[in-house]
Amino acid sequence: MAKVDRMDMPRQLAEARAKNFDEVALGYTPQMAASEAGRCLNCIKKYCVSGCPVGIDIPGFISALRENDIKRASRVLKEKNALPGICGRVCPQETQCEAYCLLGKKGEPVAIGRLERFVADWESNNPSPEQPIAITPSGKKVAVVGSGPAGLTCAAELARLGHKVTVFEALHVAGGVLLYGIPEFRLPKTIVGREVQYISSLGVEIRLNSVIGKIDNVDELLSSGYDAVFLGTGAGLPIFLGVPGENLSGVYSANEFLTRVNLMKAYRFPEFDTPVKIGKKVLVIGGGNVAMDAARCALRMGAEEVSIVYRRSEAEMPARREEVENAKEEGIKFRFLTSPKSFTGDPKRQLTGMECQEMELGEPDSTGRRRPLPKPDSDFILETDVAVVALGTTPNPLIAQTTSGLEVTRHGTVIADEMTGRTKKLGVWAGGDVVTGSATVISAMGAAKRAAADINDFLRRES
Amino acid sequence: MYEILERQDLTPIIHMFKIRAPAIASKAQAGQFIILRQGENGERIPLTLADWDSIKGTVTVVFMEVGLSTMKLAALKAGDCITDFAGPLGLPTHIENFGTVICVAGGFAVATIMPIARALKLAGNRVITIMGARSRSLLFWEQEVGRYSDELIVTTDDGSSGRKGLVTEPLRDILAAEGNGVARVIAIGPTIMMKFSAKTTEPFGVKTIVSLNPIMVDGTGMCGCCRVTVGGATRFACVDGPDFDGHHVDWDELMARQRTYLEQEARSMELWKCQRGGCTQEAQHG
Ligand SMILES: Cc1cc2nc3c(=O)[nH]c(=O)nc-3n(C[C@H](O)[C@H](O)[C@H](O)COP(=O)(O)OP(=O)(O)OC[C@H]3O[C@@H](n4cnc5c(N)ncnc54)[C@H](O)[C@@H]3O)c2cc1C
Ligand SMILES: Cc1cc2nc3c(=O)[nH]c(=O)nc-3n(C[C@H](O)[C@H](O)[C@H](O)COP(=O)(O)OP(=O)(O)OC[C@H]3O[C@@H](n4cnc5c(N)ncnc54)[C@H](O)[C@@H]3O)c2cc1C
Ligand code: SF4
Ligand code: SF4
Ligand code: FES
Repeated sequence: MAKVDRMDMPRQLAEARAKNFDEVALGYTPQMAASEAGRCLNCIKKYCVSGCPVGIDIPGFISALRENDIKRASRVLKEKNALPGICGRVCPQETQCEAYCLLGKKGEPVAIGRLERFVADWESNNPSPEQPIAITPSGKKVAVVGSGPAGLTCAAELARLGHKVTVFEALHVAGGVLLYGIPEFRLPKTIVGREVQYISSLGVEIRLNSVIGKIDNVDELLSSGYDAVFLGTGAGLPIFLGVPGENLSGVYSANEFLTRVNLMKAYRFPEFDTPVKIGKKVLVIGGGNVAMDAARCALRMGAEEVSIVYRRSEAEMPARREEVENAKEEGIKFRFLTSPKSFTGDPKRQLTGMECQEMELGEPDSTGRRRPLPKPDSDFILETDVAVVALGTTPNPLIAQTTSGLEVTRHGTVIADEMTGRTKKLGVWAGGDVVTGSATVISAMGAAKRAAADINDFLRRES
Repeated sequence: MYEILERQDLTPIIHMFKIRAPAIASKAQAGQFIILRQGENGERIPLTLADWDSIKGTVTVVFMEVGLSTMKLAALKAGDCITDFAGPLGLPTHIENFGTVICVAGGFAVATIMPIARALKLAGNRVITIMGARSRSLLFWEQEVGRYSDELIVTTDDGSSGRKGLVTEPLRDILAAEGNGVARVIAIGPTIMMKFSAKTTEPFGVKTIVSLNPIMVDGTGMCGCCRVTVGGATRFACVDGPDFDGHHVDWDELMARQRTYLEQEARSMELWKCQRGGCTQEAQHG
């Protein structure tokens, strides 16, 4: 059989997409999907599955696809993953399922994520009435705190197992980082809305505008009739540089910048009321996915020049390769081995510049990446009117402060058993970024599924 | 949805809403605020809880029309619903029996100070309240606040009611007369008024609490938009405040950050007025 190359996915052209918020990657056509599905060897040992945190039967759904039974493919996906349209788009497949694909040993792995996306999108365009699942109500009530991927997954699992689930969300919409962080052009919000809809259709009640710890706290939830609580509150607290001038008008955390643009739709100001500053020269500090997202948003908002400032070299950047390439194509500039020392402003305290120093790489540090060291006498100033600090996040301390007996690490992450999600407090489980610190959508979902299974055992044993 | 049960116009541009929000009413404490969003295109804005009734499940907010969001809000009437309404946010004002406390309120903040004066009074303090407004027509709730004050002083900029001048003048006079007989000052109102209240009390060494009003988005500690510098350290007003020691606040920074969107705010307001029929030329073409 002739060897077929991995099928590229069409994307919007770089010049066009740098000016709009429409999705960058356009998805496979049925022919493309069929061709790509044809590459899978249907390995008996299912190497790929060991790389998927929720254990999707990857050869199973791809075989169905190859037999042109997309409905079955969709069912196979949904067995393990309530949010395939999201994961197919934002999973870092190159380090997960696709990294384990047998074909990847010699050539290019099967494009598992793209096929997953294809099936999910097909399903939403050709909805088949949900097979009503016969659920025996357990009579148990579970409170899920947070409606990010962890909370939504846990809620879906428990609802299908017959428990009455209420999700409490602090913001005015459900979705967590999927809504306020990841931009529209990587993950259209209608897709998140669709998945939230599906979870509501399972009978889950989602209570928005409900900040746990400010209205009822976790102890009060437990004493007011909930039999278990799952914490999926994420890692939402932004880290700042702590350098002089960081509070000048024009300096943003990535969370604020992205929340204004994505959640509050500042890219459609003044049709939407929330403004964001459109810089002429924008600097984004950091080298992860969040930095790429912020930079690409700033560009689409109409900035003349957007640069990413990172203190190590390109090789150490934690961002996904694909997103770095996308950013480069769109015209984002990169300044490696550069570290901010302070921000400078005009007499009205509006940002005008960032003082930087050059770095060089020394010995590897505890993360295995070479440690950046300042070069002496290398200070210089970069002109800027908008700066976005994308250095990462830690969990919001509110839940830990208001819950008795919950143990947290010194980084503020909740201590929970990796296999079961059990915290040190009886009746309380946790999973996702609140336990691991910022990680990935699918790892949050994986943790939520394991916790849901353990919560179910606990609730069934109790009765 | 959060129903407006009652609306009162306290002055031509300051309005009171009583809103059904039982979960918030049962937890509210003096000094806390809510964040609301009106309409699917609306922005999130913070308003202080002016009152609440945990039995009836209602909370009261008082707001002044200053820009687009507050004007949109002012277009609502009893029976309408507010799209989103989350709280109670922020830390409550620290209340104990301090002895004598002076409450200073400027403009709409008379409503904000009301629950604080009440809590202070209930805790056994001697409460002196100074309330100021530009002129008589902008004064409201004198009786409500008076009920919880041992002494009530009213000032207007134009002398149309009470003493002519700014709130800082009687504040200075009382401190000069009573010296360290005053244990604490709580000043709430426009930023400039809080700044000068704090400057007034500083030479007397009387601890002065202010309720800061930076621009906010989420109000839960997630975005850092509300950061203020207090005593050289960065704090998030929505979770670490909104109350801070006024003698240590970097006021100029706060005011600079509040001005971040002046241009855009003016633009979106013109556009809105335009859509409602009162258009200026530039807005139509700009
Ligand atoms: C800009 C950005 C881009 C990213 N890109 C990717 C990507 O491409 N691929 C990928 O896999 N991962 C990506 N991630 C990481 C991924 O989004 C997170 O790992 C994932 O969302 C974590 O899910 P979670 O459910 O644990 O938390 P979150 O998604 O953070 O959700 C937590 C929810 O809990 C709510 N909450 C918090 N406290 C309370 C409270 N006290 N009461 C009620 N509700 C509360 C929050 O409002 C939030 O809605 C990205 C992250 C960011 C910020
Ligand atoms: C903790 C807190 C409590 C407050 N309590 C009250 C209250 O009880 N009554 C009251 O009338 N006002 C209160 N405010 C101020 C109120 O939030 C602003 O007047 C309102 O957001 C202005 O919005 P706008 O669109 O009408 O005006 P705009 O024209 O958009 O803004 C006018 C000015 O208000 C400030 N502002 C704008 N957007 C926001 C925002 N999202 N968050 C905070 N400030 C903003 C800016 O400094 C701006 O220059 C409070 C503010 C804070 C932070
Ligand atoms: S959920 Fe993510 S890791 Fe699992 S198969 Fe899909 S793309 Fe791969
Ligand atoms: S390892 Fe690769 S080729 Fe083998 S079944 Fe999985 S996807 Fe197909
Ligand atoms: S308003 Fe976002 S952190 Fe305070």
